[in-house]
Amino acid sequence: MDSKLADNTALAGLSADVEAPLQPRLGPALKRYFSSPAALFGAIGLVVIVCIAIFAPWISPQDPYDLNQLDILDSRLPPGSESMTGVPYYLGTDGQGRDILSGIMYGLRTSLLVGIASALTAAFLGTSVGLLAAYVGGRLESLIMRLVDLQLSFPTILMALMILAILGNGVMNVIIAIIIAEWATYARTARGTALVEREKEFIEAARCLRLPARRILLRHLLPNCLAPIIVIATMQVARAIGLEATLSFLGLGASVTEPSLGMLISNGYQYLLSGLYWISFFPGIALLITIISINLVGDRLRDVLNPRNAR
Amino acid sequence: MLTALIRRAIQAIFVILAMTVIVFIGINVIGNPVDILINPDLNQAERARVVEHLGLDLPLWQQYLHFLQGLLHGDFGDSFVYNRPALGVIMERFPATLELALSAMFIAIVVGLPLGLYAGLYPERLSSRLIMSGSILGFSLPTFWVGLMFILLFAVQLGWLPSNGRGETVGFLGAGWSFLTRDGLAHLFLPALNLALFKTSLVLRLTRAGVQEVLPQDFIKFARAKGLQEHRVVLVHLMKNLMIPVVTILGLEFGSLIAFSVVTESIFGWPGMGKLIIDSINLLDRPVIVAYLMMMVVLFVMLNFIIDIAYTLLDPRVRLDGGN
Repeated sequence: MDSKLADNTALAGLSADVEAPLQPRLGPALKRYFSSPAALFGAIGLVVIVCIAIFAPWISPQDPYDLNQLDILDSRLPPGSESMTGVPYYLGTDGQGRDILSGIMYGLRTSLLVGIASALTAAFLGTSVGLLAAYVGGRLESLIMRLVDLQLSFPTILMALMILAILGNGVMNVIIAIIIAEWATYARTARGTALVEREKEFIEAARCLRLPARRILLRHLLPNCLAPIIVIATMQVARAIGLEATLSFLGLGASVTEPSLGMLISNGYQYLLSGLYWISFFPGIALLITIISINLVGDRLRDVLNPRNAR
Repeated sequence: MLTALIRRAIQAIFVILAMTVIVFIGINVIGNPVDILINPDLNQAERARVVEHLGLDLPLWQQYLHFLQGLLHGDFGDSFVYNRPALGVIMERFPATLELALSAMFIAIVVGLPLGLYAGLYPERLSSRLIMSGSILGFSLPTFWVGLMFILLFAVQLGWLPSNGRGETVGFLGAGWSFLTRDGLAHLFLPALNLALFKTSLVLRLTRAGVQEVLPQDFIKFARAKGLQEHRVVLVHLMKNLMIPVVTILGLEFGSLIAFSVVTESIFGWPGMGKLIIDSINLLDRPVIVAYLMMMVVLFVMLNFIIDIAYTLLDPRVRLDGGN
């Protein structure tokens, strides 16, 4: 522990006098990342979840969308029962006789897709706007930041409701709603970081070299603002998945034919009062593991990527 | 100070105006009101008459002025489902939501504040670490799933508490309240706890952070050096300085409690505004949707305005006019 600390201070001492832009040192960063057991757990969980989502059609016991494979006689079976033809249902079946385990595997695809697509797009838009605001300054900046403040003063779920009330239901509209609800967070962070970085010598040097603004923005300012944005984007994927699940549960999200985890939980809601817990319970656990894994990874990334903590 | 205040007020009005434009354009341009408002079985002449009656043939800006005029009178049109003024339908549901939000806030403070204080004063203890890990769960667990699990555990398996509706209410100040009856309280408990979960974690973390910020400061050392009893140091000197951020954040979060009650109300069948808006969106009850959205906009703009002022009054270092 002590030697590592000394190592880090030595590194910091070396780079301090040149004040070089943060160069990602992948080796030590990875080592630091995996020194936390919780982060290791989160990373493993995340890899497993992503693999399940990608390979769902090949590893799931049943194709939950293929009506030929469903048998209404198999509906509402408790976990561990067997189908009429002897196929085991490890997590039980739902009201249509769908295997819950397969439903979760396919549901993860929709949930992850919505989460990642919306978080990445929001990150792209928000970061661009935030950087632009910081670089251009003046009226445009104050206009953008007013808008950001305004948007951040409304809770995400209210923004999403407002947008879905206007656009109507559906997966695509949920993605749009989450993007509109979340871009402001990135814009604020990007601008905040960029304002600090903008004053540093390497930007001044780039300006003295008469580099075009576009090049300064993209090649010098942006890479040095990325660390906090990556962290926020990671956390935001988890938030987006949770939000999508909530909206789907409220009946405003994914379609019935391609259920996300939230939709699966919502389907089980009506059976809950009769004690058929597994229809809602297991998709909820899957959602939980997904969100917590992503948060653990994000939390650790924040510690690792923050240059203050590296010293 | 006064000019800054007036400037803020004007800004707030502009924000509300801007939001009316967004909501108006959103509802009227992106969705086609003719399709939503008019019975598709009507023939061409009848259709034209209804369009004229509703003013949908006017240019958009005139329609907007019309909409604005109605808004100022609190007139959003009649709900298609209830056939009564939309705002009235919402206001009827407001006490239920308010009661739920206030109860959740109460739980969040009563549970979160002491736990946060404890975790901040004794950060090394195992119990403090457990509390902090628990608060992470409170942040990351999806509220609606926890609500379902509450129902499963307390209502279905144990049968202790009811899972649906408000129970018996008592009329007071012109509205029905659940917390005044035993039955009502039993109905209130689960939804309030569910809604409070996230805020409890928030209060807990804020309090702990506050304790750790205030505790090393000189005036605390001085109070201790003076020989004050520990409980006086904590309850008076520490708490006083702790409360400013906690109270302001809670004020801010109150609005979000009302917004998030949408989820909790839908799970527990709590007949408040949140359940109403979800039902209205599903039934395309446009006047109710618009009325609800506008009400929320006004609520949040006012909350932010009040908090801005409260900051200035509580903390002289913050000035609205930037310290000039």
